[in-house]
Amino acid sequence: MSRAPMRAGDTELDIAGRVVDLVTRLAGPAAQAEVTVTRVESALTRFANSAIHQNVAASAVDVRLRVHLAGRTATGSGNAVTTDGLRALVERVLTAARFTPPDPAWPGLTPATPVAPVPDWDPAIAHAGPEQRAALVRAFVDAAAGLTTAGYCRTGYRVTAFANSAGHSAQGQAAEAAMDGIARAGGADGTARQHVDRLADLDGTGLGREAAAKARAAVHPVELPPGRYPVVFEPAAVADLLENLAWYGFNGRRYAERQSFAAPGVAQFDRAVTLVDDPLAASGLSFDLEGTPTRALTLVDAGTTRAVTHDRRSAAELGVASTGHAWAGSPTFGPIPRNLRLAPAGTAGAADPTGVFLAGGQGLGGPAVDGAIGDPDTAALVSRMGRGLLVSDLWYTRVLDPLSLVVTGLTRNGLWLVEDGRITRAVRDLRFTESYPRALAPGAVLELGRRAVRLPDRVDGVWWEAPPLRLASWNFTGGASG
Amino acid sequence: MSEFGAAEAAVQAALDAGARYADVRVMHRRYESMTARNGDIESLTQDESVGLGVRALVGSSWGFHAVPELSDRAARDAGHRAARTAAASALVPGPPVDLVAVTPVTASWSAPCAVDPLGVSLAVKGDLLVAATRTMAEHGADLAEGLYQVWDTAKWFVSSEGHRIDQRIRECGGGISATSVGADETQRRSWPSYRGQYGTTGWELVDSLELTAHAARIAEESRALLTAPLCPTGETDLILGGEQLALQIHESVGHAIELDRILGWEAAFAGTSWLDLAQLGSLRYGSELMTITIDPTIPGALGSFGYDDEGSPAVKRDAVRDGRWVGVLAGRDSAAVAGLDHGGSVRADGWARLPMVRMTNVGLEPGPHTLEEIVAATDNGVLMDVNRSWSIDDKRLNFQFGCEIGWEIRNGRRGRMLRNPTYTGIGPLFWRSMDMLSSETVPWGTPNCGKGQPGQIGHTGHPSAPARFRNVRVGVRA
Repeated sequence: MSRAPMRAGDTELDIAGRVVDLVTRLAGPAAQAEVTVTRVESALTRFANSAIHQNVAASAVDVRLRVHLAGRTATGSGNAVTTDGLRALVERVLTAARFTPPDPAWPGLTPATPVAPVPDWDPAIAHAGPEQRAALVRAFVDAAAGLTTAGYCRTGYRVTAFANSAGHSAQGQAAEAAMDGIARAGGADGTARQHVDRLADLDGTGLGREAAAKARAAVHPVELPPGRYPVVFEPAAVADLLENLAWYGFNGRRYAERQSFAAPGVAQFDRAVTLVDDPLAASGLSFDLEGTPTRALTLVDAGTTRAVTHDRRSAAELGVASTGHAWAGSPTFGPIPRNLRLAPAGTAGAADPTGVFLAGGQGLGGPAVDGAIGDPDTAALVSRMGRGLLVSDLWYTRVLDPLSLVVTGLTRNGLWLVEDGRITRAVRDLRFTESYPRALAPGAVLELGRRAVRLPDRVDGVWWEAPPLRLASWNFTGGASG
Repeated sequence: MSEFGAAEAAVQAALDAGARYADVRVMHRRYESMTARNGDIESLTQDESVGLGVRALVGSSWGFHAVPELSDRAARDAGHRAARTAAASALVPGPPVDLVAVTPVTASWSAPCAVDPLGVSLAVKGDLLVAATRTMAEHGADLAEGLYQVWDTAKWFVSSEGHRIDQRIRECGGGISATSVGADETQRRSWPSYRGQYGTTGWELVDSLELTAHAARIAEESRALLTAPLCPTGETDLILGGEQLALQIHESVGHAIELDRILGWEAAFAGTSWLDLAQLGSLRYGSELMTITIDPTIPGALGSFGYDDEGSPAVKRDAVRDGRWVGVLAGRDSAAVAGLDHGGSVRADGWARLPMVRMTNVGLEPGPHTLEEIVAATDNGVLMDVNRSWSIDDKRLNFQFGCEIGWEIRNGRRGRMLRNPTYTGIGPLFWRSMDMLSSETVPWGTPNCGKGQPGQIGHTGHPSAPARFRNVRVGVRA
């Protein structure tokens, strides 16, 4: 096959438009086509035992085509952006569409729609080299002051273009960077992580110092009996609540299938809970994989569920409009909020752009932080808990039942006993089995912090933003010994 | 440019830029999946991707760079960039890196495949899913889902030591699930497991699953589970079906014996391991019935290959022999650090990912019993099968699993169906309690093993059979 390049200077939007034209030429004007072209530059510098051991970078391009032809639908993708490569992709997808069984639920294409300009992105992230990532890792390792460290520093830049045969098109760029690391002391780990859209905001030193302080405070843990305890969750632990609520609760496909607890219009959460999916707040694009414009969407307003998220297919099933949540995985997993924020107390404000609080410092007029407590916001919540547990992070959470959203998992990276508002002992990790909506139900949320911190997900473009959270009760069902 | 030509150009460029070792994987992967829901096709996807990834060792630091094209210029640039990245790694250096010896070979290998899964017509494949999901819907399922997936991967491996290996591995499989929705919870039944059974084989595997023949039964079971009694709470004898035991092996043995975890290389994300290399060869992992092998040579199992992604040939080894821990999953560099003499378990999820330690086929050697005999020998217990949830701590010790279905066992007979069966325990204590093991082994395939940063999805195999465990805590709930 010829690998003749496309015309010099072709943009991703040019390529998307050519693919749409090619579908029309080969299959006629009745063929419906939508194309997304994504070019990604991603890099991740990983360290363990206080040394960089995996250091990777990849360039990738993906041309994704969905065709609906004579009542049948097929999707295909390829990374050959030559003239012949694109033609092969179109022919392959058209052939698949002709032979697959009918698709009576086809929701149609997104009509030509205004799309907001993409938020600013940081060219420094796009141009970051391995030396800059290594320097940030060096800073983290040094700040841990002799403790063993592990984690990563990553940078990512992507440009995406969309076009369909209904005359709609859009394009945008986004960049993000993140660090996530642990420090280890005597078998105990402490963690710190940060997601930013300005490279200059990434603070390897602050993160390393915070992780080390937590690790030192987590040594010599005692074992506590399982049972129900009041808890303060740090933002990393809250992020897990948000992720599971997003995948199983506010997922429009699961809602349509009656597998979600979500009931719009019903006060299902405590009044302290307001959840907003806000892809444009950081590193997001202003349109989804179907070209639907994205926007901030309030899912829970002061405890009352207001919405679930949809792509065009789940929306059509319920006779509503897409909310702009189509992604590559939505045919399998459903449309999912992927930039979810739990609004802090007293404000619907934005996250702290640095996301880092320095351990050992003095709070903003609140109680002093110590090694276990990385920020004054959490310190304030801890100071108002009689006897309970401070939970730094959750790990390996899995859903036992999606409708009740009962989840099991473990604590990780630090767990402490709080008595009379003070940290008294480090505690060995506990297993829990808990219904997330029940734990956040009316009356169950005692307090939220005043500052939200943005935390990276495992996947580029996905983040969770939350303040610390104090809950009346959490159901711990097992200890480290069983 | 040919695949081997591009790989050789990239290796040479890395060496020219200062690398003392370099290797390249060129991969061309085609992927196809189809899903159906309630009698209609919901999605059909066909993806295709080609590219190369270069790994360079400069001094004692690694670098990796991947590009989506195979031109001479792109390959050389990738090799150069991999070396540059490795040099940057030296800013935060580690101990010296060595590689255990592997004889360089020129070789070709293909997985067995009787019926090319991409050659079967989409109409035939679609009709299968439509028929199975329609049957489930007609027999009471609120949500009837079916899917198949196919991967057809050609790869070319070249190293600066002289390896020149090409392989073609076709993998496929599928399954069906029926979900019934109650007032407060859902119940799901799947065949043969949730999201299916998979192997390095052709469409003959999907044909052998007889999806349509099981559709009515699992739909009816999902409906019946809504009103079944709850799994009791407490300690009892637990019989696990082979599908669930495969995941138990995966989570509490397979990941625990990954050498990169043991060495702390995954400490910040996937976690470490409770295993200590000082105890290799002496630690009692389980009962004497427990013999687990690392065997990438099993024809058709999902973790099979001819050579791993460092050019090490597939070799069967013991991980646990008669209950004693004797082996690990390793790569050439991690094995050298640990003072071992072999790698052989390193793979990359596509051309754009760094090869890393992954499970191959990690499974139980058959036991002397049958499931029927195990049930008959059990006075009081619970039989559980088909995984629904899985969770384990970062040292691979404390686990909790949920299954789709359970049955009460009383006086050697299978009794009432039980809903929401769960069990929990500590890995080595659990394995030491295994006192009966069936000979009815199936090489279960797990196509969704997540590990690494950036994330990689691994395909692993787990031969397993039903087994009995004594005094296990069951019935954990919120």
